[in-house]
Amino acid sequence: MATPLTPAQAEARTFHPASDVPRRIRNFTTREVTELIAFLVFAVLVTLALFAFTPLAGSFGFVVVAYLLFLATYFIAERARGDRQVGIDRVVTVIITSAAIITAIPLILIVFSVVQRGLRGLSLGFFTETMEGIAPDAPSTDGGGMHAILGTLVQVLLATLLCVPFGVLTAIYLNEVRGKLTPIVRPIVDAMSGVPSVVAGLFIYSVWVIGLGQGFSGFAASLALSVLMLPTVARASEEMLKLVDPGLRESSLALGSPQWRTVVQVVLPTARAGIVTAVILGIARVAGETAPLLMTAFGNDRANPQQTLSEPQEALPLFIYKQVTNAQGSAVDRAWAGALVLVGLVLILFVLARAVSKPTVKR
Amino acid sequence: MSPTTELAPAGLAPADEPRTLVQDLTRGDRNFQRIATAAAATTLAVMGLIALFLVVQAWPAISKAGFSFFTRFEWGPDDDPAIYGIASALGGTVVIALIALVLAVPVSIGTALFVNEYAPRWLRSPLVTVIDLLAAIPSIVFGLWGREFLNTPISNISRFLAEHVRFIPIFKTDALFFGNSYLVCGVVLSLMIVPIITSVSRSVMTEVPRGHCEAALALGGTRAGMIKSVVLPFSKGGLVGASMLGLGRALGETIAVALILSIDNRLLTNVVQPGGSAVAGLIAVKFPEASTNGRSALIGAGLALFIVTLIVNVGARRIVGRSGKAVRSGKAS
Repeated sequence: MATPLTPAQAEARTFHPASDVPRRIRNFTTREVTELIAFLVFAVLVTLALFAFTPLAGSFGFVVVAYLLFLATYFIAERARGDRQVGIDRVVTVIITSAAIITAIPLILIVFSVVQRGLRGLSLGFFTETMEGIAPDAPSTDGGGMHAILGTLVQVLLATLLCVPFGVLTAIYLNEVRGKLTPIVRPIVDAMSGVPSVVAGLFIYSVWVIGLGQGFSGFAASLALSVLMLPTVARASEEMLKLVDPGLRESSLALGSPQWRTVVQVVLPTARAGIVTAVILGIARVAGETAPLLMTAFGNDRANPQQTLSEPQEALPLFIYKQVTNAQGSAVDRAWAGALVLVGLVLILFVLARAVSKPTVKR
Repeated sequence: MSPTTELAPAGLAPADEPRTLVQDLTRGDRNFQRIATAAAATTLAVMGLIALFLVVQAWPAISKAGFSFFTRFEWGPDDDPAIYGIASALGGTVVIALIALVLAVPVSIGTALFVNEYAPRWLRSPLVTVIDLLAAIPSIVFGLWGREFLNTPISNISRFLAEHVRFIPIFKTDALFFGNSYLVCGVVLSLMIVPIITSVSRSVMTEVPRGHCEAALALGGTRAGMIKSVVLPFSKGGLVGASMLGLGRALGETIAVALILSIDNRLLTNVVQPGGSAVAGLIAVKFPEASTNGRSALIGAGLALFIVTLIVNVGARRIVGRSGKAVRSGKAS
């Protein structure tokens, strides 16, 4: 490309010793920000005019037209002033930044609407009453989700108790024992983390509910949830075990302790915070699972934590699903209240996981 | 060998050999290894049992329907004679997952690039938290939100598309109502798969040799140029793998689809009108009231879903792994 440089380009490419300072590629200058805002305002104003004088309408269309207009004018302006590459760079920066904003918006919208709609249906009664004997068209203040909350707690607790020993031992097998099965186990655990939750539910239904004739129960739900939790816990624990300083392991072995003592007294305590985080994140993942519960816990209108092994049981996600699909408008308020409690539960677990992981694992 | 290296006294040489390591496990260690192996073997066994039991329980229905299980559109396992096939459901699942993928992949890769290359340092960890939180929101909440808050706006957009962009076949319809469609499901699912695609893309992009990036910048390249000539070529394979992991998630997503799609067992050629079907959604909707035969047929549908997602996921992991290895050895994939 032998095209002669414009004066502006030549200037941009001239070496100035005085300007020989490190490139701060992540910083924005005030001028850049001002330009950006100016073009954004310009695009919005032009779009407003367009929508006022042409048949174009709709908020979504407005955003799309304004955004495209903004990109186009911004690119033309930046390009006219200097290098074509600089123009492209500016536009790419805008596009990539918008992608990040688009990712954040749904989270804000969802949390906002869950809190707003959830508070409408939430009352103290939601935590103390069940749906036993409540007519489908009863006002949303009647009945509550106490049985669902209890069910979720029992099922998730049992699932954790079932899954954690297997998960952590599988991680120990992968990272400490490193036996012959390692090259098979790791990809299988990865593949297992991709098993759709509804398939895990159908599996437990096939094995436990009809295969062994145990019927629907809260315990069957725990089995399905632990199948879903196992790969998360196993792989995350393995990552945590990998972070343990090999020097610690070797010192322990050099002092003459057998491998099991090294693992139990040195490796696991060192990785404890990380493993606890892995388990909590596993719990948060399965606490909101709905599909596998349809074919294992099945649902119930009354609280029955004592009959977890023998009777169908309710759970929060199942409660939400039933309230949305089965009944009249008033029940939807109950569903949102349930969603608020569920999201609250998951967020608490999430914050807990962060708090536990802080002191030891730094990224 | 040059003479200068032969300075060590000859007599000490034999002592400088590594001693042979003898591994003599104690009884405690043997038991410890047995227990760990048993746990790992159980994990393997569970995966095998999933396949085995799904086949066993689905067999009555699949053997009765024969190959038509994969080619028929209707779902009436309790009719006389029973008619059931998953053709429309499989088709719908693929269409919804593709919509989700088309929407989610650019946004996810953009977000990953933003976090890795553009965001100021103080913004990085809040952004990663936002992505993790999005992943932590239960799918039932996505479904509820999509049904109540996203259905109407997307119906309006669908109406616009159906009226003005008819020349694209997927928007061509004579329906009077819009919403509860493949498109609404696809949009909601795309939100749900953004976190996994973003985080896998990010870890792949982190493996790109930093020296190459800095070389591109030092040669006077812009950041856009650096991304185009270094980051994307190096991480291409990994990004394909990340998208496939997202596809796997979208194929298996159940409850959001069950809440949003109005399932009527047709295979629609447009994505804007109500109706259609999807495997996982069909299972969730039909299971509670199904008879024994119906449940057997639904397990068959689950088996098909299991096989499809397994292929997609294993393929994705292989691509991600291979790309990581290629990048570490310094070759762009």
